[in-house]
Amino acid sequence: MGYVPVKGGTEAIEASIKRLKYERLKGQEIIAINTIRSTMRGMVDQVMSESSLYSPYLAALSIKQAEGSMEEAVFLMRAHRSTLPRNYYSQTVEAETMLVERRISASFKDIPGGQLLGPTYDYTHRLLDFNLIEENPTENQQWLQNYKQELQHIEPFKELKYFPKVVEHLREEGLFEVYEADNTPPIDITKQNLDFPTSRSARLQVLTRGQTGAVTSLGYASLRGYGQVHPTVGEVRVGSVPIYVEHPNEVEHGAEDEFYIGEIKVTEVESFVPVKVKNENNEDELEFEIGYGICYGQNETKAIAMSILDQCLEHTNSDFPTHDEEFVLLHIDSVESTGFISHLKLPHYVTFQSKLDSIRQVKKGVQKNES
Amino acid sequence: MKAETHFAFFDEGSKKEIRRAIMKAVAIPGYQVPFASREMPIARGWGTGGLQITLSIIGKSDVLKVIDQGADESVNAVSIKKLVHETTGVELTDRTEDADIIQSRHRIPEIALTKEQIIVLQVPTPEPLRGVEAREYITKRMHSEYDYSGAWLILFEQIMKYGKTATAADHPVYVNHRYVMAPSPIPRFDNPKIHQSDALILLGAGREKKIYAVPPYTNVESLAFDDYPFTVESFEGMHCHLCSGADVFLDELIDHTTGETIYQCNDTSYCMERMNENVNEKEKAEVEGSYA
Ligand SMILES: [Zn+2]
Repeated sequence: MGYVPVKGGTEAIEASIKRLKYERLKGQEIIAINTIRSTMRGMVDQVMSESSLYSPYLAALSIKQAEGSMEEAVFLMRAHRSTLPRNYYSQTVEAETMLVERRISASFKDIPGGQLLGPTYDYTHRLLDFNLIEENPTENQQWLQNYKQELQHIEPFKELKYFPKVVEHLREEGLFEVYEADNTPPIDITKQNLDFPTSRSARLQVLTRGQTGAVTSLGYASLRGYGQVHPTVGEVRVGSVPIYVEHPNEVEHGAEDEFYIGEIKVTEVESFVPVKVKNENNEDELEFEIGYGICYGQNETKAIAMSILDQCLEHTNSDFPTHDEEFVLLHIDSVESTGFISHLKLPHYVTFQSKLDSIRQVKKGVQKNES
Repeated sequence: MKAETHFAFFDEGSKKEIRRAIMKAVAIPGYQVPFASREMPIARGWGTGGLQITLSIIGKSDVLKVIDQGADESVNAVSIKKLVHETTGVELTDRTEDADIIQSRHRIPEIALTKEQIIVLQVPTPEPLRGVEAREYITKRMHSEYDYSGAWLILFEQIMKYGKTATAADHPVYVNHRYVMAPSPIPRFDNPKIHQSDALILLGAGREKKIYAVPPYTNVESLAFDDYPFTVESFEGMHCHLCSGADVFLDELIDHTTGETIYQCNDTSYCMERMNENVNEKEKAEVEGSYA
């Protein structure tokens, strides 16, 4: 009989996974996927946004499985995403067709279509509500009923109307340059590695799936002084947009042949950023440019920060790191940053042995030189 | 709403795409081919580059070996093996000579690999010039312009500071006299094994989204100056306390009872084989304890 390798690693992993399950189960409470979906809206939105997979149901499952850890939930969703074939690309979404739930402008008091506050935490006072400890279904139902009754007294518009973009109004005044629509097909960063310098379509894709905290921090850094973008929020809108795909077989394409495959809820931000441009007499003139931010679900801080970073990266001739696309784009992804940081937990004894040897050899050499 | 996982995790389209990148890498030895790196069920930095290569090339009849820091039973190696096995059902092995594909982190096995085998190395930092230049845009240009002064400068500065080159693992190599390549953090001890290797060597960096390769029988030289030649880690006068092997990469351990420094083969499969060549029942208990 010969030697057999000991299965220490296998056993240790099995025990660790068991222990992890124990931690999730030991409190003997079960949270339903639907409970997460209907009560953890912010978290579900954030997970979908950072994982760039729009599925509230799967996001809720990932949150449950990850015991509420954001980085784990996003990680689960991204890995799942890798198993899904990509069969179609959607048609361009016109954000004007958004079914708006909320829409505000910080630039103008009176915008065409009006300000619509909608659901927001902005004007809540952040005091812990101890009543929620004893929340009960009957009271909640009563509240919902009352709310619906109140709404009945409000007279709706006769017809559905779309909100024009705030910027359109300023374009007419000549304060914004009118660009021709760029219909170059966007690159798909999940199919193609980033190539520097990047295209704007690639940048926007990386930013929108960036970790909320990372995007916010870098946007903040730029705003605070480590950047040259000083934006005003032209428009923040939250609402649903319809998604269509082209008929896969038809040769002739027309809007009426497109398939409606559902809607997604997004937050969209257009920031107005003053920039210096040269006029025809080669004099400096101020003009506005737009910083664009968009992300799945309602996550306004992230979308605004994204709009700042979008502008930063449009102007790369700056000494600030927030204007350096490699610095920004390569460090904001949740799966990448948390993965590489956590890999430091892996054993490194071969590399360490090699380092030890190197240092010992150098020391030896030094002693020889001295003697 | 349950989903069955596809053979080898990926959909076939993804596998094809990754294989295409591998083919290009083989065609241009040492050149870092960008690829659309997927998010994997294991974390970035934990071998996702190697794993994506393994999953794209593995077939049902392949036998797989995975090592981490030379050991088959290292927890991350076990975890990777488990994932590949669960999604493919392929046979696993610890014996280097029985494997068709060997995925490894930080080591190349001690016994010579054959032309029937493929070794897949996990790479954290594929860019050998990253230490001199942080920007990918610039380092890419440096490679295309054959501008390796930065790589030489690192070695030169070490000589100026320490009187000798002081690289540890991941000592850069010239591949086919053209590209300077990071061999992944293998010890310098393993660098010579890449030169004129019988086996195909594939390197995958998941987070940095690069695949590169050293095809069989390619010339690979470790960067060094004529008057300051390349040296490997020295284990002079040391040998494995289990199999008494010498001329292999050794782990430094502390004997728990005597407090003395002892050495042991880093390649656990190699050590086990050597011991089995000369079975000694009396030592068996001690050995099993040492790898636990
Ligand atoms: Zn040994």
